[in-house]
Amino acid sequence: MAGILKIVAQRLALGLITLFVVSIIIFVAVNLLPGDFAEAILGQGATPESVAAIREELGLDRPPVVRYLEWLGNAVRGDLGTPMSQALFSAYSGSNAGSGIGTVMEQIAPRFRNTVYLAGLSAAIAVPISITLGILTALYRNSAFDRAMNIFTLSSISSPEFFLAYILILFLAVLNPILPSLSNVNAEMSFWSSERFVKTLLPALTLTLVVTAHMMRMTRAAIINLLASPYIEMARLKGMSPMRVIVKHALPNALAPIINVVALNLAYLITGVVVVEVVFVYPGIGQLFVDSVKIRDIPVVQACCLIFAAAYILLNLTADIMSIISNPRLRHPK
Amino acid sequence: MSDPLVKIRDLKIEGRSDETWTPIINGVDLDLNRGEVLGLIGESGAGKSTIGLAAMGFTRDGVRISGGSVEFDGIDLLGASAAVKRGLLGKRIAYVAQSAAASFNPAHKLIDQHTEAPTQHNVSSRSESVQDGVELYRRLRLPNPDEIGFRYPHQVSGGQLQRAMTAMAMSCRPDLIIFDEPTTALDVTTQIEVLAAIRDIVEQFDTAAIYITHDLAVVAQMADKIKVLLKGDEVEEADTRTMLSAPTQDYTKSLWAVRSFERPKKPAVLTTATPIVSVCGVTAAYGKIDVLHDVSFDIHQGRTVAVVGESGSGKSTTARCITGLLPPRIGHIEFDGVEMPLDYRKRNKDQLRQAQMIYQMADTALNPRKSIGEIIGRPVEFYMGLKGREKRKRVEDLLAEIELEPTQYIDRLPSELSGGQKQRIGIARALAAEPKFIICDEVTSALDQLVAEGILKLLAKLQDELGLSYMFITHDLATVRAIADEVVVMKDGEVVEQGEKAAMFQPPHHPYTDLLLSSVPEMDPDWLSNLLNERGVDNIGDAAVDKM
Repeated sequence: MAGILKIVAQRLALGLITLFVVSIIIFVAVNLLPGDFAEAILGQGATPESVAAIREELGLDRPPVVRYLEWLGNAVRGDLGTPMSQALFSAYSGSNAGSGIGTVMEQIAPRFRNTVYLAGLSAAIAVPISITLGILTALYRNSAFDRAMNIFTLSSISSPEFFLAYILILFLAVLNPILPSLSNVNAEMSFWSSERFVKTLLPALTLTLVVTAHMMRMTRAAIINLLASPYIEMARLKGMSPMRVIVKHALPNALAPIINVVALNLAYLITGVVVVEVVFVYPGIGQLFVDSVKIRDIPVVQACCLIFAAAYILLNLTADIMSIISNPRLRHPK
Repeated sequence: MSDPLVKIRDLKIEGRSDETWTPIINGVDLDLNRGEVLGLIGESGAGKSTIGLAAMGFTRDGVRISGGSVEFDGIDLLGASAAVKRGLLGKRIAYVAQSAAASFNPAHKLIDQHTEAPTQHNVSSRSESVQDGVELYRRLRLPNPDEIGFRYPHQVSGGQLQRAMTAMAMSCRPDLIIFDEPTTALDVTTQIEVLAAIRDIVEQFDTAAIYITHDLAVVAQMADKIKVLLKGDEVEEADTRTMLSAPTQDYTKSLWAVRSFERPKKPAVLTTATPIVSVCGVTAAYGKIDVLHDVSFDIHQGRTVAVVGESGSGKSTTARCITGLLPPRIGHIEFDGVEMPLDYRKRNKDQLRQAQMIYQMADTALNPRKSIGEIIGRPVEFYMGLKGREKRKRVEDLLAEIELEPTQYIDRLPSELSGGQKQRIGIARALAAEPKFIICDEVTSALDQLVAEGILKLLAKLQDELGLSYMFITHDLATVRAIADEVVVMKDGEVVEQGEKAAMFQPPHHPYTDLLLSSVPEMDPDWLSNLLNERGVDNIGDAAVDKM
């Protein structure tokens, strides 16, 4: 056990270093975006003087290294800054920046909660379905069922997300009005309320269609990969049923690649679902991110990037650790 | 007499290669009575395992039974439904695989795998079969029988796993067990223990068995009758003693004669001669753990030094130190009296050229995408600086030297060659550097006996012609007897004994050498029984090693 704790500690440290490197990349990349907030907000009326004034007020005229270190220092303390748009308006309205109208944190928090809810719901539907289908397609490999499942899931992953979304809306909201097509959840709905659940169901189903193929096919491939192993032959020669051979003998040894692909898809669910959010008007973090890029609201963009990176790192870290735990050689050293 | 337990008639089996089906078994008959042990022997590709599995009504992927019949206790296994067969497998017919390490599921404890068949076939409850498992472990003389089952396969040694697998096969008290080369992957001292355990338990429960092996001496200990196979055909069948004393077929006789090759004794080395290679007080470590302790020996010109010992004794590690792949922690290596840089990266081309290696697995040691000409041509160009026509000429000479027709083989890929031919290419590649010294790392252990003998003869011929020195790493004492001039016995990273071969095979020995020598199976069918009587049951194999 001590060995595993050590590995976990090492991976965590490595994750932190990765996050630090990513923060530099984010900062550089965001600053490389053409145009800046001052020009974007002033539009046609951007005279050099007014641009310079806004830049000075927001501190954009200082050297990038200073700005980076300041941002990083604040971020470590949990302060992701003030959205530039808010800062500007508050400056004109005469009140203190950030008071009342909100910091980046306050802007992102409810959106992020929504995103996590949607990702969690999608995963809760997609992961069990994919793994079960993966096991079944491995069991009945090369049968009509296997082919049909592969065709279905591959078509769904190959279609654009908005297309899948509209098809689901057509069948589940328009032709058979079972579910609402508008996912306008808001802060008043509690996290566990059925209203929130029902409203989130359509986007969650869309995302399920998107991520199932990947996970199902990896489960199938990982299991089939092991079927030529001597211990699988042994299990067959002990007279075990095909289902038992796969679930009891192949699956435990196929867990590592499956866990990894699940983690990758969960990360996708948190970071890559902006199209689905737009179609269903779901107030997730993806929409906020795109809007902020549009107006060059750098603190918000940076904060979103940092959250996405952290989610990726954390999920991959979890996958690594779970893969290690699933390996009896590491769990029970000699 | 009652009907036989297994009755196979005119069994024909085909294997698929490149979309066509080619016959691999051409009509074999087999009868096995209750409580009887049949030895199936033959070289690789003879179809031993295929017949063994077919006796269970099972074929591997890409193999199909195309004719004949297989009956087990009156049940037609080829016509039976999958469910009927599943009811028999594990319960009445069990299987013991060649590599227990690969055939135990790494994800489950031994005891859980042991109890799987009895509980799934409703033979006994889990707690009963756990108890029975512990009892079987005890009978098979596994250490700590009460707790060994609760370990995972990777926590148990190879010989112990093989016995645990035999116990697992016994879990439902089957009528028939197929043993598929169960001791091939084991050291000689461990092999004895497993053989003794298998024989005991088969006798105790009066189980019928088909024992598949390529080792004649092993089958002589285990079987009541022997069937010899060659390329899917039966050569002959007779009871063990008749078969050993009076084989009727030429092929069988040639198999029996393989172990007779032996080189003449060479004159003793002058005490003043500088050895070609000197290993001087080498201690080496992987990480922080020392695996070699103060190893010293010399190899003189034109002589073969066999380094023997069990797996993990440090034979290959010594070779890695000599070639500089693993720089020693203490001590050094001399070639021709000159101290070599410890790390191969610091040796110059000429120093690198002097020591070449031939590997155990020719399959993995040859680049599958390069033609034979390229494989041998590479060192010719690298060390000798030959190019174009000269290079090709040299490659052709080398091929002629290893007795392969140059024009026929130079453009082939390794995959188009047999195992023995691949090993010859490995030899040619080593010769291409024109070394004085070659390390042969278990070069014959993956080959059939007849093929291995050919390789040994070739190495002997090359030594006579070119004055090469060999360091011959092996665990097979028959090979040592055939080719060595001197022997170095290693155990746990130390040299236990060394000297001239003749002296090593004569008593008195170091006790460990004695154990090794006496553990090599002999063709005498009473050898194992006599040996066990001599040593006493608690003093065989691992147990005897542990006491030293």
